[in-house]
Amino acid sequence: MIKKSLFLVLFLSLVYSCKELPNRIEGNRLEIDEKITSNKEIEDFISPYRDNVNKNLDSIISFAPETYSKTDGELNTAIGNLMADAVFSESNPIFNKRTGKNIDFVLLNHGGIRAIISQGNITTRTAYEVMPFENSVVVVALKGKQINELFTYLSKAKRAHPVSKQVELLLDEDFNIKKALVNGKKVSEDETYYVATNDYLYNGGDRMTFFHPNDSLYTLDYKIRNVLIDYFKKEDTINPKIDNRFTKLTAE
Amino acid sequence: MMKRRQFIQQTTAATALAGLGALNLQSCVPNRKHITILHTNDVHSHIDPFGPNDKRNANKGGVARRATLVENIRKENPNTLLLDAGDIFQGTPYFNYYGGELEFKLMSMLNYDLATIGNHDFDNGIDGLYAQLPHAKFEFVSANYDFSNTVMDTHVKPYKVLVKDGVRIGVFGLGIQLEGLVDKKMYKETVYHNPIEVAQDMSRILKEEESCDLVICLSHIGYYYKNSPDRVCDLNLAKATKDIDLIIGGHTHTFLPKPTITQNSEGKNVLVNQVGAYGLYLGRIDFYFEQGKPLYSDSTTIIV
Repeated sequence: MIKKSLFLVLFLSLVYSCKELPNRIEGNRLEIDEKITSNKEIEDFISPYRDNVNKNLDSIISFAPETYSKTDGELNTAIGNLMADAVFSESNPIFNKRTGKNIDFVLLNHGGIRAIISQGNITTRTAYEVMPFENSVVVVALKGKQINELFTYLSKAKRAHPVSKQVELLLDEDFNIKKALVNGKKVSEDETYYVATNDYLYNGGDRMTFFHPNDSLYTLDYKIRNVLIDYFKKEDTINPKIDNRFTKLTAE
Repeated sequence: MMKRRQFIQQTTAATALAGLGALNLQSCVPNRKHITILHTNDVHSHIDPFGPNDKRNANKGGVARRATLVENIRKENPNTLLLDAGDIFQGTPYFNYYGGELEFKLMSMLNYDLATIGNHDFDNGIDGLYAQLPHAKFEFVSANYDFSNTVMDTHVKPYKVLVKDGVRIGVFGLGIQLEGLVDKKMYKETVYHNPIEVAQDMSRILKEEESCDLVICLSHIGYYYKNSPDRVCDLNLAKATKDIDLIIGGHTHTFLPKPTITQNSEGKNVLVNQVGAYGLYLGRIDFYFEQGKPLYSDSTTIIV
């Protein structure tokens, strides 16, 4: 063992005697921008995929007579109403077929509207822009008591969180609830209501904590984006309006 | 097993001495190795560069440009590895239309060596990930996801040892806790184990049993969570382990302008790097070292 170690020492000292270089570690971040030429083989490989995606995304599926933005209204907007109503009209047949029940209304979130719908042709790309996320429709069975919590949340949030047209929520000048109806009727504390929303909000997104606990959850495996695409395909020309589903009295 | 490297060194020493009579000192060229590690993370299906009107990243990124860059670096140093730290999927319509096929095919064309699995790689379910595997010519490593009861069983290794210019480079993968982040119906029976405990095991195996010269952790657990400083993350992982030389991270989309130098449980240096997201940057770490000597020592120069 001593002999071996001696050999090692001799060897190492020989190595060091020629040229000693300390270890060196270098870290760099390389920016990828237009200064780098694209690799042609890769570019050619992507090209047919890109053309196909673009062809599909740019296919015209409806028409928007105006431009709709989520900043267009105080407590309800045309684009938000369109989205909530589309979730109702596209999801309810599926929900009804599976459960025999009907959705009472839809609640989405204002922040979930990610782009405007521009005046002119609506393409599949529009749906990707408005809803880039993969969130899906869920239906939650809630007691009337929680529906009231939901309305209180909306009155305090003071934002145009989209609700479907089955809701009529009126706030007074001080944002207190003055009228709250579902399908034209007052909310009954013990009754069960079926509220459609997206899985993000169901899981507490935007602090919507009123979805828990609940009687049941139904996942429809239906992406909100696909809801929009299916809705647009059915509507030759969309015509969403600001209406009285969620409003507030203004001081005289 | 006896320390293999020690054995090799002793043999070499004996040979060198035996031949000394005939050879002069010119024969003792230092055995300095140069290994280049290139890496990406959270590319999220960003195949095309951002458009000219993008508010944040106009004209940046793009796989075809990354390919040129990687090719040039490989020409400069053939002993280069290209690694990805997960979240390859989800973020552009390419994923919605092709389910990840194009991402894997392009990474194969760029000759990626290894990738780990990010939470978004489960976005089409574990079956959706499995379905794309035939398009990947590179391999996946994940040491803390147990896929035994899933379709991914046998398709993901805890670690791989890659040899470049005789240098043994051990790379193991780590993934983030899936519960609460990914729908259970997506990841199914994938079992998550504590990354730090697994990493302690892995680094021992790679250093001692596999005699690796370089140990790299390919992580998708996130760089650091400032609101939960104790949460498992790359910086805490570095602190709690030893024998890891480099942690390449992902998940938190942290745009580090340069690698972080931190200290492990023995007070030795560890590099932690992450290059944000969307293929806007390529991370590059060059190791110039004498094989068989500790990589990090007082004389080691770290230039970041």
